[in-house]
Amino acid sequence: MSMAADTLQQIGSRAVSLDEAFGRTLAELGGAFSNLVVLDADSAGETGAHYFRKSHPERFLQFGVAQQNMMAAAGGLAAVGLLPVVTTFAVFCLRAVEQARLSLAYSRRNAKIVASHAGLDAGPDGGSVQAFEDLAAFRAIPGMTVISPADPVETALATRAILDFDGPVYMRAGCHAAKRLFADDHRFEIGKGRILRDGSDVTLVACGGEVAHALDAAELLANDGVSARVVNMATIKPIDRTLLVRCAAETGAFVAAEDHNVHGGLGSAVAEALAQMSPCPLEFVGIKDVFGTSGEPGELAEKFALTAPHIAHAAKRAIERKRNIAGRRKNFR
Amino acid sequence: MALTIRSISEETAPTPAQDLEKLLAAAAVFVRRHAIASIYHAGSGHPGGAMSVADLLACLFGAELNFWPNAIDDPDRDRFVLSKGHAAPALYAIGAHYGFCDSKAALGLRKLGSAFQGHPHVLDLPWVESSTGSLGQGFSVALGMAMGLKLKRSSARVYTLLGDGELQTGEVWEAAMCAAHHQLDNLCVIIDYNKLQSDNRNDAILRLEPLAAKWRAFDWAIAEIDGHDIAQILATFRRAGATHSRPSVIIAHTIKGKGVPFMENIASWHGSVKLTRAQAEEALLALGANRNEIKEFLDVDGC
Repeated sequence: MSMAADTLQQIGSRAVSLDEAFGRTLAELGGAFSNLVVLDADSAGETGAHYFRKSHPERFLQFGVAQQNMMAAAGGLAAVGLLPVVTTFAVFCLRAVEQARLSLAYSRRNAKIVASHAGLDAGPDGGSVQAFEDLAAFRAIPGMTVISPADPVETALATRAILDFDGPVYMRAGCHAAKRLFADDHRFEIGKGRILRDGSDVTLVACGGEVAHALDAAELLANDGVSARVVNMATIKPIDRTLLVRCAAETGAFVAAEDHNVHGGLGSAVAEALAQMSPCPLEFVGIKDVFGTSGEPGELAEKFALTAPHIAHAAKRAIERKRNIAGRRKNFR
Repeated sequence: MALTIRSISEETAPTPAQDLEKLLAAAAVFVRRHAIASIYHAGSGHPGGAMSVADLLACLFGAELNFWPNAIDDPDRDRFVLSKGHAAPALYAIGAHYGFCDSKAALGLRKLGSAFQGHPHVLDLPWVESSTGSLGQGFSVALGMAMGLKLKRSSARVYTLLGDGELQTGEVWEAAMCAAHHQLDNLCVIIDYNKLQSDNRNDAILRLEPLAAKWRAFDWAIAEIDGHDIAQILATFRRAGATHSRPSVIIAHTIKGKGVPFMENIASWHGSVKLTRAQAEEALLALGANRNEIKEFLDVDGC
């Protein structure tokens, strides 16, 4: 069966939004997945769901601005053998967290939630809409898989992967054009992080839009003689502990970078794994427990210190801490 | 799962209307007795609402639902979702009566290791169809089922039972608008309108009236009935099944604690309450149980 090949072809070399990659993939796979239904709360034009509305209007279900009902209804649709994909903004997923908890996860329904406008992606809409809490909320729900792909190609592949996967999933997409990072032969596997660039001094672990910033940061660091490894941790839950342990052994210092509150998201997931398996210095790049404000995502990334120079700076702090620890150990000998 | 049917009456094959009503009335009595016993053994639970829904559940499981213990995964079965999940003891009791679960096991209500949790959980008991307990959600799940069954061209119907206090959740009115918009005539909502909720009368907490007018304004087919009159309940289900292009709502006027005089119409019996041995015996006596039957319900090994 095709791996969203048509969608990859349509993406071509363009910088398209993750929403478009997601929406086109849904439309493409609507034939192969005859039980696929897409749920919308009056935002199909902004979530990418409009591609499916056009390709499979009979399986496009409109719920109006009523996300709690939509989220729980997905449980009922799954219960009768359909494969529901709930589409809305990340902030409105937060409104329906309890429905996702009881009627999807607790009932172990095979339903997917795909959120647009997560974090700074909501940009000019301002602080009301910018959700920096979604990864934390959904990560805390037992049995919920949480994914944040890095570019349109990975989004198309991840869309295919979550439809194949049996269980509830929360996935971030995004409405702003995203630079293409990966080639058509990119592979995505739920629960697997991937090393995009090797390095030995520090590991930069990132998800979503921060992956591009982390790659740029590695370039900046290289100019300063620092060898940084970049890991794309597209699955936040379950986190790839094996890869983190390996990176701890091989680099001994980390930066976690995410477009999310530093409390509860990717950084926390990395910290939990490292603290238990192989403690080593970890610096956090993310939203520092504040609300957002209006602006273009690029401007906001600067304002909230999420760009490459910030990640590079954090990397140097992590390396410094690693050296201090090593120095102290030496003194004790 | 053991498929033992424990009935206080002898089930008989011929079912002319009056015989059926008699059987259903007996099933409702069993539901009330079993729920009292399980809540007594649990040391907590919600007896008031379990008593008020007994006749409605008896009619659903005994006469209306095309749903059988030996075919709980039939894709074309009718679905029932207990949206007021705190009435779980009554659901377990009717399930035990009609062979969906073991009667004695269901007396393990709320106990560690029991499948009969304080609120229904579909992974523990597949026949309860959905995990409920957070008010409003069961209705939305039932709506999703009704929508999905229509998409699949199934003729199955979906029923969901809501409490009156539950109608204060916003999600209920989201679902009410949605079901009417999508013309889900395979969906039937039953409201256990006993006028009392956890802390007080509905009127004192947050007024529901004019209730029928609200549902009418949402474009639902409406029936208002006595939720303890079995003939009326059965007739109303038949009419609800015949509605075309509109979902149906049955506003069932009930009495909280029905059948147990010291509980009737008293909000504090909503739950979660502890029943003493004396109270449990008094309740079972009021429900027509004799000494032997009371012993059988209250002196159970492992409870």
